Amino acid sequence: MPKLTRWFIKTALVYLILALALGLVLASAGIFPQPFSVGGLTSVYFHLFMVGWVTQLIFGVANWMFPTLNREAPRGSETLGWATYYLVNAGLLLRAIGEPLLASGGAALWAILLVLSSALLVIAGLAFLVNNWNRVRGR
Amino acid sequence: MPPLSIWYVRSALVHLLIGFTVGGLMLANKGMPFAPELWLLRSAHIELLFVGWLIQLGMGVAFWILPRFWTPPVRGNETGAIVSLVLLNVGVWLVVVGTVWRSGYVLALLGRLSEVGAAIAFASHLWPRIVPRQS
Repeated sequence: MPKLTRWFIKTALVYLILALALGLVLASAGIFPQPFSVGGLTSVYFHLFMVGWVTQLIFGVANWMFPTLNREAPRGSETLGWATYYLVNAGLLLRAIGEPLLASGGAALWAILLVLSSALLVIAGLAFLVNNWNRVRGR
Repeated sequence: MPPLSIWYVRSALVHLLIGFTVGGLMLANKGMPFAPELWLLRSAHIELLFVGWLIQLGMGVAFWILPRFWTPPVRGNETGAIVSLVLLNVGVWLVVVGTVWRSGYVLALLGRLSEVGAAIAFASHLWPRIVPRQS
C-alpha cells in the first residue's frame, strides 16, 4: 500500500472516531450543557464524517487501486497527491475550529478561518480530480 | 477499467468538484456573508455529492470490479448499466435545478423518479454477477 494511501486511510480512521465522538456530544445536548452552539457543531459532525472519513477513505483507496499511468509516475504527481492530503485536512480542521466558534457569536477571525477553509477544500477537490483524471482509463 | 466505468467515474469526479465548489461557496458565505441566496444551493450541494459523487462512483467501481462471467460478454448485458448512467445523471441535475428553482418541485420529483429508475436498471444489470466463486 503506498505511503500516501496509508496516510489517507489512517487519517480517515481518526476522523471516523472524531465524528462519532462528536455525534455522542450532540446526542447528549439535551442532558449536559454544551460549550458551543449545537447548530455549529452539527455541520462539523456531518463534514467530519462525509469528508474526513468517507471521502478521504475513497481518496486513499483510489490512489492505490486506480489504473497506473506509466512506470515513471505510476500514480501521477506525488506532489499533487500530497497537496490533496494536506489541503483536505487543513480545510477540515479550520472548519472544525471556526464553525462552532463563529456560531457561538465569535470574532471576525473565525469568519476568516471559514473562508480559508472553503478555499482549501475546493482546491483539494480540484487537485484530486486533476491528478486522477488520466488514471481513469482502460488497459 | 471498462469504458462504461470510465464514464461513471469521470462523471463522479466532475460532480465531486462541482459539489465541493458549491459547498465551498456556502461555507465562505457563512463566514463572510456576500450572497445570502447561496443557501438555496444546500439541497443541490447534498445531491451533487451524495448521488453525483458517492453513488455514481460506487456504481462505476462495482461495474468494473464485481465478478465477471467466464464467457463473453464477460460483464453480461450492459444495457441496464448504460441506462442507469444516463438516468442517474439526468436525475441528479433535475433535482439540482428543481431544488434551486423554488417552483421546481415537479422537476425535483422527476429527478428522483429518474434516480429510482437508475437504481432499478443498475440492479438488474448487476444481479446476475453477484455469485460465489464456484459459479
